[in-house]
Amino acid sequence: MSTATLPLAAATESSLTRGLRIFLSETRLELTRSLRTRTFSLSAIGFPVMFYLLFGIMMNRHETIDGTSIARYMLAGYAVFGVVGSALFGIGVGMAADLSAGWLELKRASPMPPAAYLAAKCVTAICFGAIILTLLCTLGVTLGHVQLTLAEYAHMLGLVAAGAIPFACMGLALALIVPFNSAPGVTNLLYLPMSFLGGLWIPLQALPKAVQHIAPLLPTYHLAQLMLGVFGAADPTKTQASHWLGLLGFTLLMFGVAWIAFRRREQNA
Amino acid sequence: MNQVMETPTQAVPHSAARPSAPAVATLTNITKRYANGVVALDGLSLELRRGEIVALLGPNGAGKSTAVRLMMGLSAPTSGDVRIFGADPQLTSTRLRTGVMLQVGRAPEMLKVREHIAMFRSYYPAPASAASLVKAAGLEGLEDRLFGQLSGGQKQRVLFALALAGNPDLVFLDEPTVGLDIEARRAMWAQIRSLRDAGKTVLLTTHYLEEADALADRIIVISKGRVVREGTPAEIKNAGAAGAGAVSSGVAVKIIRCVTTLSAEHLLKMPGVNSTMTDEGRTIIISSTPESTLREMLALDQSLHSLEVQSPALEDAFLALTRND
Repeated sequence: MSTATLPLAAATESSLTRGLRIFLSETRLELTRSLRTRTFSLSAIGFPVMFYLLFGIMMNRHETIDGTSIARYMLAGYAVFGVVGSALFGIGVGMAADLSAGWLELKRASPMPPAAYLAAKCVTAICFGAIILTLLCTLGVTLGHVQLTLAEYAHMLGLVAAGAIPFACMGLALALIVPFNSAPGVTNLLYLPMSFLGGLWIPLQALPKAVQHIAPLLPTYHLAQLMLGVFGAADPTKTQASHWLGLLGFTLLMFGVAWIAFRRREQNA
Repeated sequence: MNQVMETPTQAVPHSAARPSAPAVATLTNITKRYANGVVALDGLSLELRRGEIVALLGPNGAGKSTAVRLMMGLSAPTSGDVRIFGADPQLTSTRLRTGVMLQVGRAPEMLKVREHIAMFRSYYPAPASAASLVKAAGLEGLEDRLFGQLSGGQKQRVLFALALAGNPDLVFLDEPTVGLDIEARRAMWAQIRSLRDAGKTVLLTTHYLEEADALADRIIVISKGRVVREGTPAEIKNAGAAGAGAVSSGVAVKIIRCVTTLSAEHLLKMPGVNSTMTDEGRTIIISSTPESTLREMLALDQSLHSLEVQSPALEDAFLALTRND
């Protein structure tokens, strides 16, 4: 993370392959660790799946929003809810735990490239997001009469992968700012309102006008709109580019916050 | 361990420090001031040489961990120069040659011992074999155990294996034997000595003074951010017993305790006596020629009784050297 650990000028092919090898091994072990940690894997996967079953499939049967069935419409919202949760908890809370335990310190004293650690956590969040999306699609198709093409599924998968990045940056910022003991609480305090106000749980059209005005300030809204765009169900008054721009801005903001927090930690180290 | 024994015939256990050996790590006139204004290190200089075990001792807050963190490249000095293998400790090329064991509250508990070792081995281009690490740390039969299921001592041994994963030339061990039973502690000591005998350098911080005494070729005592004394364990003990600097190195002092009628002035005139004091009716004499001192005392005082003769303990020396006065 420090400048000295990034001798980019000297980045020969061998150091690149070395970095890649370490990244792959970190990712495999991070994924193994996350899946084995039942409290994490069951809640990260379980909540979006359960909410989708309840609010997307069982309730509101046969209802539509602008011609899109609720089951199809909410698939987008809960897929976003899932990947955002995986990124915030996997990176934010996971890294806060590694930091507080001194484990990250030990890794930083080793020759592990810090980028490999962060990328492994990010890819793990994407894998969780992909698992959640796949489960939601399976439920939607089998129980919710959702028509879904393979191309639409692949498009959503791509959005899950890209959409994990802004929230991974947010997780990084949280891990660097919030002490481990309060990390789960603070993360929930941001995650749940952000999900609700972004229209991930209940379609925005069904929410009060005030909420509809707040939503465009939230990254969850922009990712959900991009996801809805896969079905042609996004808000027609907004462009896709505006949503990408919103996510990019949020990513840069969070990265900047994380960077400042990191520098402050370094100065106190 | 697949260690390269370059001078097997000279691998004498507990050899004295070899000043001629090349320096592996140097801290030169280091000052470290934290953002909150605390000065942790104040003009500290020290050197670690190839093929020695050095124990860094000091009371809490003396700056031990700050000094070690600087050498690990985890923090930068306010002023002064830190060199590991002649280079910046933060460089990957430097880190590839060092191994680190830190006090870790909680390593990922849902990974197996085997996976932890594989993870750290992956960081190095030419790591030690997994089998040799398991053997060196005494982890046979625990490879498939989850880290969270291990006892405190077993966890500590896993961290020791991780420190050795890259077959490092310089190893930092922070309180390596905390939580180990006597047998496991002796086994780890043997491993640490075999590292030294293979020409590697070990820096040890410990709260167990007997550990420093048993293991270290050289002890560096720091207090208030400075080196107050360095030398072999015997030199440190003598220095502490005689008051810092009062005895030249290489002279073995003894502590004589007895009940005697001889006065302090009289005792101090005897050759070899460095100091005297009284404690609960007993006289305590520190002498660099204990045999002749005792012969003289016994001849002069027929009533002398309750006699004890001790070698100075490292603990006494440590307290004397780091006393706040």
